[in-house]
Amino acid sequence: MTTLHTLNQAPSNVNLMQSCVGSLQPDDTLLLIEDGVYWLLNTHRAKLPAALKIKALRLDAQARGLTPLVSEVDLIEMDEFINLSVLHNKIVSWF
Amino acid sequence: MIFTVVVHASPCQNAAPESALRYCKALLSAGHTLHRVFFYRDGVFNGNQLISSPPDELNIMRAWQELAEEHSIDLVICIAAAIRRGVLDATEATRYERDQTNLAEKFNLSGLGQLVEACILSDRVITFGGQG
Repeated sequence: MTTLHTLNQAPSNVNLMQSCVGSLQPDDTLLLIEDGVYWLLNTHRAKLPAALKIKALRLDAQARGLTPLVSEVDLIEMDEFINLSVLHNKIVSWF
Repeated sequence: MIFTVVVHASPCQNAAPESALRYCKALLSAGHTLHRVFFYRDGVFNGNQLISSPPDELNIMRAWQELAEEHSIDLVICIAAAIRRGVLDATEATRYERDQTNLAEKFNLSGLGQLVEACILSDRVITFGGQG
């Protein structure tokens, strides 16, 4: 049983991320959407467990001017969001 | 796969409705089925036809209507959440003795049972929410 977690709040809402990270299982994936993409910035990402599988929506990162600042491998398109939804058994949304 | 999308946030204050709309379009173009979009809490404002966005911005209510028309999608608004927030169809306006209605076409007011049924029938249920 694997879960896809989406999180849409900026790093100012640190409690939400803590609750989310605390519930992640080894094979889960965390997808950052909307203001959640700010977590990709190095200063914030450094606070998250290194082993975490993190992805972010390219559209949302682009809309916030983050694409030059974050790692390309972490960014996914909408069709990949659908693929991740299919590949995991459940989807949990943190907001 | 059969999907249900749940929207908890108002289009005025949150990016969630637009994310939900993009998600719906992406899953449909990938060949999946969208069983229902369920609007709950402040998400009911997605069906308020009086919301008038600036002409250079997306009118999310119309975008939902177009999606519903094109793909025969069931757009259900939680009736209790809607009445509380002043989103009324003709039946509820009469019941609560109000002069106006503002529920947009293609949206239907119904109960949480529709969300439960959607969860039972769908392979995946995803929620798009926001704060406030």
